Amino acid sequence: MSEQQTNNAAIRPEAVIAARDLTKRYGKTSVVDAINFDIAKGEVFGLLGPNGAGKTTTILMMLGLTEISAGRVSVLGFDPARQPLQVKRRVGYLPDAVGFYDHLSAVENLAYAAKLMGLPMAERSRRIAAALTRVRLVEVADKRVATFSRGMRQRLGLAEIIVKRAEIAILDEPTSGLDPQATIEFLDLIRELKAEGVTVLLSSHMLDQVQRVCDRVALFRAGRIAMMGSVAELSVQVLGAGFVVEVEADGAGIARRLAAIPGVGNVETLADDRFRMTADRDVRADAARAVVAANGALRRLSVDEPSLEAIYARCFQVPPSGGVRDAA
Amino acid sequence: MRREGSAFQGVGAVFVKELSDNISSVRMLMLELLIVLTAMAALYEAIVALRQNTAEDPFLLLRLFTVSQAPLPSFVAVLGFLIPLMAIGLGFDLINSEHNRRTLSRILAQPIYRDALLLGKYLAGLATIAISLTALWLLVIGLGLIFLGVPPGGEEIARSLAFLVIAVFYAGVWLSLAMLLSIVFRSPATAALVALGIWLFLTVLWPMLAPAIAQAIVPPDPRFAALGLDTPGTAIWTLQLQRFSPNDLFGEATLAVLSPTTRTLGPVFLDQIRGAVMGAPLPFGQSVMIAWPQTVGLIACTIVLFVAGYVLFQRQEVRA
Repeated sequence: MSEQQTNNAAIRPEAVIAARDLTKRYGKTSVVDAINFDIAKGEVFGLLGPNGAGKTTTILMMLGLTEISAGRVSVLGFDPARQPLQVKRRVGYLPDAVGFYDHLSAVENLAYAAKLMGLPMAERSRRIAAALTRVRLVEVADKRVATFSRGMRQRLGLAEIIVKRAEIAILDEPTSGLDPQATIEFLDLIRELKAEGVTVLLSSHMLDQVQRVCDRVALFRAGRIAMMGSVAELSVQVLGAGFVVEVEADGAGIARRLAAIPGVGNVETLADDRFRMTADRDVRADAARAVVAANGALRRLSVDEPSLEAIYARCFQVPPSGGVRDAA
Repeated sequence: MRREGSAFQGVGAVFVKELSDNISSVRMLMLELLIVLTAMAALYEAIVALRQNTAEDPFLLLRLFTVSQAPLPSFVAVLGFLIPLMAIGLGFDLINSEHNRRTLSRILAQPIYRDALLLGKYLAGLATIAISLTALWLLVIGLGLIFLGVPPGGEEIARSLAFLVIAVFYAGVWLSLAMLLSIVFRSPATAALVALGIWLFLTVLWPMLAPAIAQAIVPPDPRFAALGLDTPGTAIWTLQLQRFSPNDLFGEATLAVLSPTTRTLGPVFLDQIRGAVMGAPLPFGQSVMIAWPQTVGLIACTIVLFVAGYVLFQRQEVRA
């Protein structure tokens, strides 16, 4: 779905976050320039783009932490500028490189946040214990946060969102600087949140990680959303087709049968028994059926899923191995 | 645009956390130690001096606060010097430390307004100073009882309590200034240096500059100079200019409440003292009335600085 398609459209009832012509200006410079998007309940939505593209500013406007210059944004039906407390009661925020009070323990840090949330004491203790168990920090609950690694701090930040029982979790660069194991654990926690029906808005530079957890992504460029949709949709838009399926099989008329599969855009014959198809979905099952229908013998079937990195590189015209930071 | 909910939601939580941090911090411990040791030294000298005339003075306890014996200044003068240090020590990193720890956006993402954070931190700082000063006040009363052996009268207690309240207001000015600077400067070191610079200017330089500026505005009259008197116009201007310094306001207000014989805080003219019984103490209420403009000046200064900080903080971009 492109930005233009949603521009000035009415906010869909199922959208938990909806932005219409959302703009942030500093003087004459627009850092977020009339962006439009809808995020549905339970969706994991990724904000991608180079540094300074406007991702964090968009998040801050959603939380009412910075003024909106023009346009509007609705979060769970509330206006963050007029009803910031309603929004902040329901939205959890994990900032980039989250900070805690180092002289306090994990429990004390969470207790302070819970007090600010207005939770009664008994409820506070119960929720904090459950959240620390969930993020696997229960063994260090009484240790000072000064001794925590970055990964542990990020998990503690997520625990705060769990304590709040947030309907929307906004995570700004949550895996930046984490080691691979900590990243995997963190992404698992995001999937768990999604499974519970929490809507997750994820801002990140880590394209492979975004692809692993996000249902849809928006690519930010110079304050505007350049593209928006699922990875498969974007790959069709940007790369022509998303999935590349290779088939190795003997049989007559296989190329013709493969070309007839719905969703297949192109079939290339690499050798007498080797074919490469581009498709807008994973068509391996259909390809296998096509080979069987042609009385052929299937020897190999492989698929290359669309890569967000390739989409990003094409969109921002940077080499795929260059990474996002280099694009800034 | 009317905001939903209360601006004070969360003030209690911030207050309790900050007060706990302040009281348990090493920085606070060092400041308290400095104040207690210096004040005790001044108090000891005062007790030694006062033991000579225990039975003669009806306001002996108040003398403990004001009597000085070289080389140490009086207890009040020590506090006038050290209270700003304590307030600056507590306030110079109130807000910028939240930026630097990257806790500000996380805290403000909770259902509270910025007002609550600012007010909670300010009140916790003020309460910390008030608790320290009250402890010091009780110590003075206790030591006075032990060493002088004369129980304080009701008016003495009332006057010393009034002094305590004025001291808290005085601390409020410096705490507001330090908090304002902690909002303006992201670096705590810069905020602390600027605050100390302003304090030094108003404490050391301004009392010297004020008479010079006053003389430039109203040149001294040679006829008064020949009689060894100050020119009234110059004296009034000097006094008014000196009152721009919170130290001066604090000094005048404490003089009025701790010295019951003080009848005025400005130049005295003959028609003002006609019919007055010289050396007779004023009732407590009248002393408070004399100290009232200075006290209001301290409160007004606190409010102006707090509001300036409040406005700046509301407009500040929160990214950390």
